[in-house]
Amino acid sequence: MLIFLTSLVIGVLFGLGLTISEMINPARVIGFLDLAGRWDPTLAFVMAGALAVTLPLFRFILRRPCPLLDRQFHLPTQSQIDRRLIFGAAIFGVGWGLAGFCPGPALAGLASGNPGVFLFVAAMVGGQWLAAKTSG
Amino acid sequence: MTEANIIGGLLGGALIGLAAALLLLLNGRIAGISGILGGVITSRQRNERFWRMAFLLGLVAGSGLYRLFYGALPLQLQSGLPALLAAGLLVGFGTRLGSGCTSGHGVCGLARLSPRSLAATITFITLAMVTVYITRHLL
Repeated sequence: MLIFLTSLVIGVLFGLGLTISEMINPARVIGFLDLAGRWDPTLAFVMAGALAVTLPLFRFILRRPCPLLDRQFHLPTQSQIDRRLIFGAAIFGVGWGLAGFCPGPALAGLASGNPGVFLFVAAMVGGQWLAAKTSG
Repeated sequence: MTEANIIGGLLGGALIGLAAALLLLLNGRIAGISGILGGVITSRQRNERFWRMAFLLGLVAGSGLYRLFYGALPLQLQSGLPALLAAGLLVGFGTRLGSGCTSGHGVCGLARLSPRSLAATITFITLAMVTVYITRHLL
């Protein structure tokens, strides 16, 4: 039960972070990705701010035998850099560049009530479902 | 485009990092949004779906709270509906196939010094930059 509460509260923090950093703003994202235009470095500061916290804290946390509310850490098990990983990341990159939305910001952006964001999220869910059906 | 938002970027980024660290410390989970969403769509276990839905609900509530206290969200769409539809499909398909997105690979994976996440992050940022160059300067 406690797991659901912590998930909810941490989700709120994450959503606030995405909004305050303007990561939810496709104009900022595309401004960062557009090296040939008027380059906007904001996104680099978002990444730097996040990694400044996760790099030291993850190291510290993963020294523990288990998390506080579960019996084990649930970490990715694959270690191979395979074609599937690179191909998937490439497809994701094209979509990210096309609209300036990645999954977290798009979901948080639903709070704007903008129909375009709802369309993107619906398509994203469809894309995930399609990938799960066709390639496991 | 307006000036860079350095303070907001650093502060918001740190908040994202803090949330990711708390999810790992408390629940033992990686804060990768595409993976969390993916589990809601395809997991057969109820508990797995529930914590993920709670997290995503919080995510929307977080920006909803911002909207409540500060007014409109900083969100300016840069593309029409057909492009949003295509982009959504590509983002959903690609993140599932590539096991992660900006948060999972970019924030959590890099913090774990995962070579897979580094390879994925370089790939999606490069392809996104190429796509922006083609759509905003060539077409």
